[in-house]
Parts: sequence; C-alpha cells; structure tokens
Amino acid sequence: MTTSRLRGSLVTAVTWVLVLAFFFPVAWMVFTAFKPESQAATMPPTFAPDFTLDRFETVFSRNMLPYLINSLSASLGSTLLVLALAVPAAYALSIRPIVNVRDALFFFISTRFMPVAASIIPVYLLLQSVGGLDNVTWLTILYIGVNLPIAVWMMRSFLAEVPRELIEAAQLDGARLGTEIFRVVLPIVLPGVAAAGLICFIFAWNEFFLANLLTAQVARTTPPFLTSFVDGRGQFLSVLSAASTVAIVPVVAAGWIAQKQLVRGLAMGAIK
Amino acid sequence: MMLTTKVRRKAVPAGFAAGALALALTGCAGAGGGGGGTEEGGTVELTLATVNNPQMKDMEELKSAFEEDHPDIKVNFIQMEENDLRDAVTKDVATNGGQYDIVTVGSYEVPIWAENGWLADLTQDLESDAEYDVDDLFEPVRDALTLDDSLYAVPFYGESSMLMYNKELFDEAGLTMPDRPTWQQVADYARQLDSDTVDGICLRGKPGWGEVFAPLTTVVQTFGGTWFDESWDAQVDSPEFTEAVQFYVDLVKDAGEADPVSTGFTECLNNVSQGRSAMWVDATVAAGLLEDPESSDVAGKMGYAHAPVVETEESGWLWSWNLAVPETTQNREAAVEFVKWATSKEYHELVGNELGWSRVPPGARNSTYEIGEYQEAAAAFAPITRDIMLAVNPEQPGVAPQPWTGIQYVTIPEFQDLGNQVSQDLADVFAGRSELGPVLERAQRLAQEAGDAQK
Amino acid sequence: MTTLTSTPTTRRLGRPAAPAAKPARPRGLAVSRALLWPALATSIVLTQIPFVVTIYYSLQNWNLLRPGDRDFAGLDNYATVLRDGSFLSSLGSTVLITGSSVLLSTLLGLLFAVLLDRSFTGQGAARTLMITPFLVMPAAAALVWKWSILESTTGMANWALGLVGIPPVAWNTDVPIVTIILVLTWQYTPFAMLILLAGLQAQTKDVLEAAAVDGAGAVRTFLAITLPHLRQYVEISVLLASIMLLQVFDPVAIMTRGTGGTKTLSYLLYERAFVGLQVGEAAAYGVMTVLITIVVATVALRTLFKVFSKEGLGR
Repeated sequence: MTTSRLRGSLVTAVTWVLVLAFFFPVAWMVFTAFKPESQAATMPPTFAPDFTLDRFETVFSRNMLPYLINSLSASLGSTLLVLALAVPAAYALSIRPIVNVRDALFFFISTRFMPVAASIIPVYLLLQSVGGLDNVTWLTILYIGVNLPIAVWMMRSFLAEVPRELIEAAQLDGARLGTEIFRVVLPIVLPGVAAAGLICFIFAWNEFFLANLLTAQVARTTPPFLTSFVDGRGQFLSVLSAASTVAIVPVVAAGWIAQKQLVRGLAMGAIK
Repeated sequence: MMLTTKVRRKAVPAGFAAGALALALTGCAGAGGGGGGTEEGGTVELTLATVNNPQMKDMEELKSAFEEDHPDIKVNFIQMEENDLRDAVTKDVATNGGQYDIVTVGSYEVPIWAENGWLADLTQDLESDAEYDVDDLFEPVRDALTLDDSLYAVPFYGESSMLMYNKELFDEAGLTMPDRPTWQQVADYARQLDSDTVDGICLRGKPGWGEVFAPLTTVVQTFGGTWFDESWDAQVDSPEFTEAVQFYVDLVKDAGEADPVSTGFTECLNNVSQGRSAMWVDATVAAGLLEDPESSDVAGKMGYAHAPVVETEESGWLWSWNLAVPETTQNREAAVEFVKWATSKEYHELVGNELGWSRVPPGARNSTYEIGEYQEAAAAFAPITRDIMLAVNPEQPGVAPQPWTGIQYVTIPEFQDLGNQVSQDLADVFAGRSELGPVLERAQRLAQEAGDAQK
Repeated sequence: MTTLTSTPTTRRLGRPAAPAAKPARPRGLAVSRALLWPALATSIVLTQIPFVVTIYYSLQNWNLLRPGDRDFAGLDNYATVLRDGSFLSSLGSTVLITGSSVLLSTLLGLLFAVLLDRSFTGQGAARTLMITPFLVMPAAAALVWKWSILESTTGMANWALGLVGIPPVAWNTDVPIVTIILVLTWQYTPFAMLILLAGLQAQTKDVLEAAAVDGAGAVRTFLAITLPHLRQYVEISVLLASIMLLQVFDPVAIMTRGTGGTKTLSYLLYERAFVGLQVGEAAAYGVMTVLITIVVATVALRTLFKVFSKEGLGR
C-alpha cells in the first residue's frame, strides 16, 4: 500500500509541477505588472522588485477605459444577438428537425472555416462606403457573423438533450410555440445558453483581426490597444504587462467562476 | 408550391423582426463607444495617429497646453508601433477611410501621397503666418515634403544616421574611432571587441522596409549598389548589392546581436544603453536617449562619428516624422492649427521648459540649434547631427545617379511592399535557413515588376 | 427553396425512418423554417455576400496606391498568384502550424485530462489554473510570450535554459515557427483538456470496475476501454481547434510578422490587402484560400468526423 500511496503523491507532485509550468507565463505577466520599468526586463530576472502600482496608473492615464467599454459593448451586444438568433435556429434544427439538418449545420460550420481575412477587403470597403468604419455597432454586427455558427452548433447539442417526451406532452396539451419554447424548453437548456453565451463572449472580447483593421479610435477595442504599448524607443515591459493584466481580467474571472458552464459548452458537441 | 409561398410569407416578417431587434440592441451597445470625430456641443475632436516614439509621447503629454489655448479643440492620440502605424494609416488614406484628422507620416510617404491627392496642401496656411517662420524648417527635410512647390507636411523631428560607440570599451581595447570611419574599420573593430558578454556591434535585422532596410540600403549605396538604375531597371542581383548585403549579414553573424530578426531600434537601444554592445549604426535621435542618465548606463561614455562609408563621402540617411492632414478630414482648420502648434518654435520652448532641453525634437528647425540651453544640454550630439543632416545628398546618395529622391528608400508606392517582402526573406538568411543568392534572385524579380511600373 | 419545401417528408433527414419522427405537419414545417431563417439569412449576408464581392474584385486590376488605374483584368491576378509561389508556401505553413499545434495540444490535453481526473489535494485549484491560458486574450498572450518569455536577452525561457547550462536560443531568428507553435499549443492545451476531461467523466465507472475485476492493468484498461470511449471527444476537440487555428493571425502579426515560414494564409491575405494594397491580387488570394478550405473542410468534416456522417445526427 505504501508504494502505491508514494506513487500517488509522486503523480500529484508531477501534476502540480506541470500545471504551474503552464500557468507560469500568466503569473509572470501579473508579477511584472507590479515592477518598476527598470526592473522589468533584466537578466537575471528580478524576483524581489520594489512593488509599485504606478504602471496601472500609467495604463489608465493613457485612457484604457474607453477601449474596455468598447470591448464590453461589442462583446455583450454580439453575444446577446447571437443567442437571439441561434437559439431559435438550433431549436428548429434539433427539436423540430423537419428541414435538412445536416446541410444547414454544415453550412453554418463551413462559414466558420472560411478565413475572415479572405473577404476582408469588401467588408472594409463596404463599411467605408456606408461610414461604418470605427463604429462599435458595425463591429458588433460582424462579430455576430463570426460567432453565430459556434452558437448554433452548441445550442443544437444542448437542445438535443431535452427529453422529447416533455415537448410532445406540451404539444399534446396544445401549447403554443411560445409556451413550448419559453416554458418547457428554455428552463432546461438555460445552462446551455449560458455556456454558449460565455464562449461567444470570450471569442468576441479576445478578437483582434477585425478590431485592428476596422477601428481607429472611437470604436477601438482592447486587443489592438494592447499592441500600442510596445514602445518603438524605450522600455515598456511592465506597463505592457499591466495593460495585459487589466485586459484579461474580465474573461479570466468569468471563465474561472463559470468553469462548469465552460466545460459543458465545450464538450457538448461530443456528447450528441 | 403553395407551401413554399406560405412559408415565405411567414418567414419574412420573422426575419425582419430579428433584424430590427439586432439593430435596436446594437444601437444600445454602440452608445457606449461615444460619438464620432466631428463636432459635439461646439467642441471639435481631432484624431491623431502617430508612432509611439518618446518625442510623440512628449507631444501627447503637452497637448493640454494647446487645448487650454483652444478650448473648442480636443486632440485624441492613437499611438502605434511603426509597422502597425504604416499599415493602418496607409489603408485609411488610400481608401478615403477618413478615420484620422492628423497623421504622422514619414518622408517616404509624403510625396507619393501628395501625388495621389491624399494630403492637404499646407503651403498657404504656413506661409501666411509670419510667426510660424516656415523658412526656419530644415531645408533638406522640407525638400522631401515638397511636391511642385507645395508643402504637404511639416517635420515634427528629423534625423540622419550615424555611428555611436562606447568609448569605455574602445579605451579598454586600446582602439580609437576616427571621425569618419570606413565599414571595413568598423567591421574589424566589431570583431575585435566581440566577446561573450559584449556584442561588437548592433545592427537592425527586424523585417520591414523601414526597419532592416533603413541601415542596409545605406550600406548598399556606399558599397556602390542601388535598387534601381536610372532607367528603373532593378539592380538587386548586381555584385555590389550582393556584396553589401553579404557584408552586413556576416558582420551581424560574427560580431552582432544574438537575435537579429527581433532586433530593431529599441532592442539595439537597450543593448547599447546597458553596455552590452560596443557600437551601433542607427538614427541620430538615439544619442538623446543614450545620453539620458535616467534610462541609460552609458550616458557620458558614448562617442559619435559619421556613418561608416566605403565608396561615398557620406552614408547617413535622411528621415523625418512629419505631421500631415489627410484630405478626408472634416476638421481641416482645427487640424492645421494643431499641426502648426506642434511644430512651432513655441512648442520647442515648451518642451525645453517643461520636460528638459535634451528632449526638444531635433532635426526640424534651424533655430533649435541656436538656443543656448539646447546647445548645452545636447552638446554631445547636436552639432554632429546637424552636420550630417546638412551633408547628406538625397538626390544621389550612392555612387551612380538614381531616378528618385531619397536615401534609404525608393520613393515609389511599390517600395514598401517590395522592401517588406525582401526583408522577410532576409530573415531566413540571418538564420542560415536560406542562401543569399536565391533570396536576391526573387528580390530582383519583385523589384523589376515594381520598376516596370515606373517606366 | 423549392426542392426542399416541395418534398415535405422527412426523406432528406439525417434519420430517415426513425420511429420517433413525428408526422410532418405543414404548420410545424413553417414554424421551423421561420425559426431557422433569421440565423441563416444573417450568416449568408455577413459571410457569403462579401465573398461574392471578393470574386468580383479578383477580376479587377486595382492597386490602391495608384488610384485611377483601375480596370478589368480577367484572370491576370490568378496568374500572378499561381506564379508567385507565396500561396503554396503559405498553405504549407498554415497546415504545419495548425497541424502541429492541434496535435501537440491534443496530446498534452490528454495528459492533463488524465492527471486532473484523479482526485488529489488542490484538484479544483489546479484545474482552475490550468484553464487560464485558454482564457487569455491571444493578443496579450502573444505580446507576453514575445517580450517577456522568448526575448533572447532578458526572456524567462533563456534564463531557465541557462539554469541547466543550455546556451541562450535566438528564438525569433532561428526558430520563429516554434515560437508560434509554442504559444498556440499553450493556449489550446487547456481547450483540449476541458473537452477530454468531460469525456473521462462521462465514462461509466462500471465498465472500468469490471475491467479491474477481470485483472486488466491500468494501462491496458486505458488503451482498450478509455481511449476508444474518448474518440468522439478527441474528434470534437480536433475539429473545433482546427477551425480556430486555421485562421490564426494574432501571434503571427504580433510575434513574427510572417518571417521564417510563419506566414499563414490569414497573414498572407492581410499583407497582400493592406500592405501591398493590391486589391485585385489580394482578392484572388482570398478566393483561392476559400476554395481550398471548402474542399478541405468538406472532405474532413464528411469523412473524419462521425458527427457529420449519416449515423452521427441521430438522437
């Protein structure tokens, strides 16, 4: 018994070492954010710096707040709209599968395979012609296109788990479609909606390509703003770390808190 | 078929409903982002895109002085890394995107963009204001920004390139740097000084036409090479071009920094200012940063010399970061007002008094070099900077005449793409993944395509 | 539209004669289509229409830096694209980067899933820390890896190597493609782990116990029972990770700018469009990319993944 217990502790130790190694870049980033600039990029590294909050002050004095608000608007707005479109569509595809399910699903998922970059020129020029550049509303609308396939795909799997008997019973009772969806189905799949919403939110919050190209200042979001901390002519590592730390906090916190939803959201496709 | 029409009738309103919902919701979402760059309660908001160099950061720090004088104008800065700025501003201006009211552009872009009618002609605005004293602007710099006698941008700061070396390391090794060294001398010194703890020299290797090809093109020219001959035939596979690039790559490999492909101005600055590099050939503005005791360990220990040469007299480049106003702006008047302020004598005084005299933007105005405080604060590098800037010849920087004006770049629209692609391939040569021969063969083909477009 | 709606039976369904199929009622069909329509229309408008415009642009001779010289070019742009060779090398880079990152993160994800499926002290905390890299904004991840970890003189990677006596590596110069794969693997390992962990937890314990009673060793049980059970979880993890990684742009733009075999298709498209400013040529690259991804996606989805084969959609 002792050898197996010893082996157990050994595996636990190895697990922890590996996990901490994986977490290290994040930990180091946060640590660096609290260093004065002169102790950020040194060799050997500074492990006992003079802790300071100055870098965070710098980050906000460079006006990070509007960028965070833009990120939040685009992420939240697109997530809500995606759910509003995806839940009914997924409902049609799973609970009332009368249309061609496979082709429709295939179409959705294939739009996600197409590199966004492939048709970026028309998107850019079309937006420019309608005055839609540097505009949060248009960015939000484009994020719908990016996240809709994933949401439809996830919601279909969640809805497929709803016991068919429940719906049939409701239909036999002559329940209207609205009742069917809101009273019977939605409560069951609410955790699923939360999971899909969380994942759409994460993707939108982290999106860089479109935000970088299509926004300049008024609608610029956090990810492209971060790159502006890379200084052409001086030291910048701790202020960059501070800005990055602020930028990842909302999503990391949400992900940590809603871990269970995250797992469900990601794993569901495999179950059904 | 009856079914189909029925479906459609039902489906269409549902679709519209969703669309309307979408717009309503995003409308709310967008509200958080604030308004556009136009007038809002009488205040004009200007959007200024700039590189994030220290001089520009100083400008952002001091912009409140302008805003106090002009309570109806607010200036928002967007700072970007050089490559990002180029991509962002070029695409915006070229597509009439109109996202910026003021842009920071290099001397390469100004004549090309002016030719395309993308930049506002500032001649009238500047000449009509005697106090602004447009003639005080450095002549070679101003020439590069002028097209058909019209000025399309004003220099915020200007620079050439020179050799900077660590005098302590040279003394220890018993070496003396001449005032006008040759590349051969520099290469010998670099190889002698190179050790486990110190690199002999730092030279840019980062991809980008404005990165590695700024110093490298000057090396090519002083070796007798050029991108194009007088009839726009590409000369990239010529023996001189090849020899120069091979020399540069070998020098970096033997005695240069360890990670050339990630090394640009900043990385060299860090290496040199921490005493890890003995020499550095780069922008003259570096001197101001190396002499700042707060961020540099080598302040007071540096020596400065003309950029190394082979067959030419001088080999410094000529560059300026300029402020220009795109034609698409809705706020031309306010934008010009700010541009004038940021490039005025008054602004230089303000920087000197508020932030310190060594931080005054160099290489833009003659009068700056006559200010006593500036002469004193920048004694180590101001005179040589001015000498080199006035000595270089953008009409013919190399051995043979060339059909464009410009030193470390070719003033044609295709050059930024050409330079970028070749510099990316060059990264493979630095790493030893490719031979120089095939890389320059491809470069020759790309260059010929660009040259043919000029004929 | 007509073909679909004029056969109001379930013949074209994924589950043809399933006993649970309800009789098709006209009302049900109409409702279903009305529910699906908004999402479908949105998707078409946002993704397909720009693509049609891309095709149109690809037939134009149009350089933004030379306004006024715009005309019809026929297939010239395609000829340029095919002659240049950038397309094929980018395709190769994309496949290499996506393939190795997906493979590595799946293998590592499996390892972590197995390790974190055991109950041990601090299991919850370890899982929480472990999922973090997936949540980190890719732009932030790329910046931190580039400047804080892989920087050649002050980075932590070279410092750690130095501790065990390995000389510093010039990451960006010598192995740019490794830096990209490192960052992507780091971000997607937690993703694979989450999915595989769910798979492990969905495994019925009876089977495992039965195997133990039969005297099968842990390794044999894992290979013979657990791995086959995980197959569909691996599939979904590979599918989703591939979809996202095929478009990889952020780390390339931020860390390597396309040098040393890291120019993925997304970056190539961006560069042709917004650095080259050759609208026509860039559009031709876009069309080629889409054609290839459609072919690859169709083959991959229909053959490799059970979810899209006939039996996959039954419930």
